[in-house]
Amino acid sequence: MTENLLSISDLAVTFQGAPDGAFAVKGIDLAIGRGEVVAIVGESGSGKSVTAKSIMRLVEFMGAKIVRGQAMLSERAGGATDLLVLDEARMQEVRGDRVAMIFQEPMTSLNPVLTIGQQLCEVVVKHRKAGRKEAAAIALNALQQVRIPEPERRLKQYPHELSGGMRQRVMIAMAILCKPDLLIADEPTTALDVTVQAEILALLKTIQRETGMAILLITHDMGVVAEIADKVVVMLRGEVVESGDVHAIFNAPQHEYTRRLLDAAPKLSARLGCGPQSIPEAQAHAPDADTSKPEVVLSVRNLVTRFAVRQGMFQRVVANVHAVESVSFDLREKETLSLVGESGCGKSTTGKSIMRLIRPNGGEVLLQGRNLEGVGASEMTQMRKRIQMVFQDPYASLNPRMSVEQIVAEPLRIHRIGSPTEIRDRVFSLLDRVGLTRAQASLYPHQFSGGQRQRICIARALALNPKVIIADEPVSALDVSIQGQILDLLAEIQEEFAISILFISHDMAVVERVSDRIAVMYLGEIIEIGPRDAVLGAPAHPYTQQLLSAVPIVHPDQRRSRVFAARELRSPIRPPGYRHETPPMKAVGFEHYARIA
Amino acid sequence: MLGYTLRRVAGTIPVLFMVSLLIFALVQFAPGDPVDMLVSDEATEEVRLAIRSAWGLDQPVYVQYLTFLKNAVMGDFGQSFRYREPVMQLILERLPASLELAIYSTLLAVAIGLPLGVWAASRPNSLVDTVGSIGGFFGISLPNFWLGILLILLFAGTFNLLPSGGRETWGLNVERVTGFLTIDAIIAGRWDALWDALRHLALPVVVLGTNMTGIIMQITRASVLENLQEDYVMTARAKGMSGRVVLWRHAFRNALIAVITIIGLEFGTLISGAIIVETVFAWPGIGYLLLQGISFRDFPLITGLVLVYTTLFVLINLAIDMIYTIVDPRIRMG
Repeated sequence: MTENLLSISDLAVTFQGAPDGAFAVKGIDLAIGRGEVVAIVGESGSGKSVTAKSIMRLVEFMGAKIVRGQAMLSERAGGATDLLVLDEARMQEVRGDRVAMIFQEPMTSLNPVLTIGQQLCEVVVKHRKAGRKEAAAIALNALQQVRIPEPERRLKQYPHELSGGMRQRVMIAMAILCKPDLLIADEPTTALDVTVQAEILALLKTIQRETGMAILLITHDMGVVAEIADKVVVMLRGEVVESGDVHAIFNAPQHEYTRRLLDAAPKLSARLGCGPQSIPEAQAHAPDADTSKPEVVLSVRNLVTRFAVRQGMFQRVVANVHAVESVSFDLREKETLSLVGESGCGKSTTGKSIMRLIRPNGGEVLLQGRNLEGVGASEMTQMRKRIQMVFQDPYASLNPRMSVEQIVAEPLRIHRIGSPTEIRDRVFSLLDRVGLTRAQASLYPHQFSGGQRQRICIARALALNPKVIIADEPVSALDVSIQGQILDLLAEIQEEFAISILFISHDMAVVERVSDRIAVMYLGEIIEIGPRDAVLGAPAHPYTQQLLSAVPIVHPDQRRSRVFAARELRSPIRPPGYRHETPPMKAVGFEHYARIA
Repeated sequence: MLGYTLRRVAGTIPVLFMVSLLIFALVQFAPGDPVDMLVSDEATEEVRLAIRSAWGLDQPVYVQYLTFLKNAVMGDFGQSFRYREPVMQLILERLPASLELAIYSTLLAVAIGLPLGVWAASRPNSLVDTVGSIGGFFGISLPNFWLGILLILLFAGTFNLLPSGGRETWGLNVERVTGFLTIDAIIAGRWDALWDALRHLALPVVVLGTNMTGIIMQITRASVLENLQEDYVMTARAKGMSGRVVLWRHAFRNALIAVITIIGLEFGTLISGAIIVETVFAWPGIGYLLLQGISFRDFPLITGLVLVYTTLFVLINLAIDMIYTIVDPRIRMG
């Protein structure tokens, strides 16, 4: 047993204005050994993030109060200090020096008006009393350690000039400047694409090995835990319900909640061949080769959407962002086709172009054989009834000033369908269908949880009896256990109302669960399309293979050592008049095509 | 940077053109015949016709406008009916007085409002914050004319410390170089004249700056408070930065972007809003001139002044946009 670097005992935290005895963290114990990676796992509201910020005493800036407890940090010279009783000045000496922290949102966690160099150097100047030159040298060294290409140039850049993955590398560099004994990483990869997440996790592991620092990882993602943690602490509603060695937790979870978390964790089973196979169930409605092909409901032909980049004195078009580049696919009756890819690949723009929320530059969209291009405004309104959308963020896509009843009834009113009583009945039956009660119809969106809000969004999309639903990352903003429920609901309504779903997602595990067929997008193009098991089981395009290998593993036994060089995402910005040369789609299997030379 | 500036300057041309058209139309539709203002009531019809043709008022409207536009482009807004002097000359004589007043008021407002706002934001709901916020609301709500008259009564009347109006004591005879009396006095090395100018400035600057001080304080407070909630502030704290560094280097730098917008907008209103203050303190600026122009239906003067006001507003906005590019690296000059 290694000597404990940090021992937390009986930590209790409450928020100002919370009723007496309502604790966000209810007296937890936690120990982190030197050089250990400990993961705190839980869903939103479990108190995992509050625990992390209590160690740093940052909760006090968020209107919270540490009520009792101890957090003994062992000193390098021997002995230990209780962090919870230090005054603010002494605490500032600990922060960034002995204990450092990185956060979830690399996009907003760096100061937008200071250069990367300024933000790195101030840490060294503060804790090492270093001069300007010395600080710059240490900063440069840290950037090299996090494997950022062209580190000298980064020092002079501002955060907005870097991608999300690069910014998270900068955050890590900032945290390791003073060689801390403990790095607290609060959901460090949640906001990142799957391939970038794999890079950052591998980097954290490498740096942890190189420096011997301990890491306290806060996450909701069991895949991340499986990749990197030595020990696991499971939190539920402010309490630790289970803790232990990572293998023990995965192999023999004791607490019922831990088992639920492990079950709910989306896993990519088909390819890796572990866990329960869900293929037979899906094949029940997968298109059979010998029966006649089901009707094509939505057909997209050579869809092109570009955004002009303007510059100079006369705002000339100097380049085009080729967001969607000759995308073609068919969506069949009662089928779920998933569009997958990383941020910026054009998957959301494809969805919006089909809906005409963005005007495409070319191509055809045929809905039940009717071309949406060139139809008049009134006919377009009619067409819109048959194709509806569910958005990613259920917090932003519901009008906060409308009641649930008004929200669900709005499409019916716009299209003047039914009398007020008929509309009311329809709203009630829709709410019943998505698992909400009639009593909730008069409530407002802020009175619902994220999952319930997404149910409202689905009810609204169903109101007009659409043939097609475009679901743009419908579960990305939700906790894993809620994700499962929403995905089940989508599957049920698909079966019941014979709806075809175009499912847009970056999450391979979710995609595996819902799809009949999968289309992989990269730089605005579909580079591979085919039946789910073919694409996941035998990916033909190198990019698909890369995407799949980045998916977190499901069990710590499958750990592999992976080294990723940092890369800037290639962007689809092209000069005007650019003619895209791409390998044609080639059949690589039954209904399985890929753009390979 | 140069291309961006040129494009922005070019962008002001249509604005000025539209304003010139609007103000010309307004003057055309205004009741009354400008000839009435030029001649006595007993003038014969021949005299009136002669004057009409001399001033070009017998031409079709569009010809009048084009003539006006051609002259205006060259800085000639015609003769003032009342002063019988070129409008441009009248404005140029008085513009420095208004600008000097507005600049000192802005400096005062920034010097007091900004630190108070940051201070209040750093201790929300403390005594400083409460007192500061109440004071700020007072500053915003006090009517200029009331505060002006009150201060005149107190400092010029009861205590007899400061002059009650005007820009300078008669007979100091400092050479006019810039038109800004404080600067001219320094150039001439006349410390007595500088003191005299500052004494005259004191009351109108305080009155004019009170509103702006309150507004800057409130905006700074709100903006700093908002930025203190941002993720990067948490990062800065996690790095071990002290409260002072978090406040000034991190939160304030970002809050400044919103504050600069308000300073620019308010500076513009100070120049035009000075009309009341200039009247109360008999300050020989363009606000006072505009009031005179309106009461005497001096159309060339009004037209010229409105165009000058518009140009000032446009230039201030341009300057603010330039400052943005320095303060906020995310704003690119493309």
